[in-house]
Amino acid sequence: MSRPAVASPMTEYKSPRIVIRGLRKHFTDIARQEEIVAIDGVDLDIGDDEFLTILGPSGCGKTTLLNIVAGFDQATSGVVTLDGEPIRKPGPDRGVVFQEYALFPWLSVEQNIEFGLRERGIPKAQRLERVRKQIASVGLSGFERRYPQELSGGMRQRVALGRVLANDPKILLMDEPFAALDAQTRTIMQQELLFVWSTERRTALFITHNIEEAILLGDRVVVMTARPGHIKEIVRVALPRPRDVTSAEFNQMRRKVAALLEDEVQATFATLQGALAT
Amino acid sequence: MQEWMFGQPGSTPYSGTWLQHTLNSSYRVFGGFIIAAVIGVTLGCLIGWFRLVSDLLDPIIQMMRPIPITSWVPFAVIFFGIRDASAFFLIALGAFFPIVVNTAAGVAGTPKLLIRAARMLGIRRYMILPRVVIPSAMPFIFTGLRLGIGLAWVLVIVAEMLAVKSGLGFVMWDSYYFLRMDIIIGAMLSVGVLGFLSDLAIRLIGRWVLRWSHGL
Repeated sequence: MSRPAVASPMTEYKSPRIVIRGLRKHFTDIARQEEIVAIDGVDLDIGDDEFLTILGPSGCGKTTLLNIVAGFDQATSGVVTLDGEPIRKPGPDRGVVFQEYALFPWLSVEQNIEFGLRERGIPKAQRLERVRKQIASVGLSGFERRYPQELSGGMRQRVALGRVLANDPKILLMDEPFAALDAQTRTIMQQELLFVWSTERRTALFITHNIEEAILLGDRVVVMTARPGHIKEIVRVALPRPRDVTSAEFNQMRRKVAALLEDEVQATFATLQGALAT
Repeated sequence: MQEWMFGQPGSTPYSGTWLQHTLNSSYRVFGGFIIAAVIGVTLGCLIGWFRLVSDLLDPIIQMMRPIPITSWVPFAVIFFGIRDASAFFLIALGAFFPIVVNTAAGVAGTPKLLIRAARMLGIRRYMILPRVVIPSAMPFIFTGLRLGIGLAWVLVIVAEMLAVKSGLGFVMWDSYYFLRMDIIIGAMLSVGVLGFLSDLAIRLIGRWVLRWSHGL
């Protein structure tokens, strides 16, 4: 009620949920016997209800960043907190949607969506109620008894989204979730994701290498550099939703972000060529 | 052969005894196979999942595996006597190896991504094995069981020829002394058909358990 009808697009988010400070991540490449710096000093806040997209060339450490927030990987140094609590391991307060779906193939659609609730010991009656609602909200009605293998990529990703939303997470972490989908399905899934995000109001961290997708979805777009990955620039997307990808303003944003990314893609390419030459 | 299978008992030493011998053999296969399945799947899960168990048990299993089961016959007879227990032991031992090796491979091959997904959804650590790893390894487990049941039929014949005094294997060996080749062939065919049927049973169970993956 107290929320202003139209928030000024330049308003800083007052209450960050995720706070990342001085994040660094090193790997040891065993084959080459060398230390690889995947993430080199990232400071980032993700605000309450914010949709943040991270854009970067391949190998820039954006997936590593997400994995650290998810609790799958440990940072070499630096801190990541969710609502002030340091993140140490994966948990249902951070729902992850993977590019490869990662559904349990032996469970039906409804059993997949029920999985988290069941493992967390939610009573059966409550579980079924939540599952029913979630299946409807991600558009899977009529597919409850199907197995993942029988579904298209888009449908599988709906299951993956429904599965984490059923857990009512504080933040949604998405690692290029639509990268494996065809263009039309991808557009539909983007719209549906925005719809779910706007109706359920949730903080979201979305990783992509697709410029249009980053601008279409994000309140802010974080552009990362080539390895060692750090933040090159954070671009605020002040366009009202729903966004028209063919509008002049959108194109302007696209050009701006593309210019930022161009050097980094070149740098990655050069590194790759260098690696091949040796 | 016909009188052996369906004839009146008592008219000759063999007539009408087929059903009894077949039941004896089936009982031994079934018992030995169940023992092998329970121990094999359990140990396979532990070997595939816990590094320490694998380091301890896997070398022993791999060393025992190439030793022919027939070489265990003297020990079986000494420890268990000329009784069913000997046959159970030999069959279980032989069927155990393909079951344990396949189960361990399936468990160890569980996609890491599925374990991550389960952890992210809030699973308790000790539930990962029953809820994610074992279902994911099911196709391997059923492959192991199919290999195991086939081997169980091979071994029941060996056991009955050498260590027990009844069953199809015993009949084969015994009728050889009287050069009753017809009975030997009848026993061979019986084993073939029974082996086929028991494999079919496991395949049907597997198809139901693995209905998510379009059958075996």
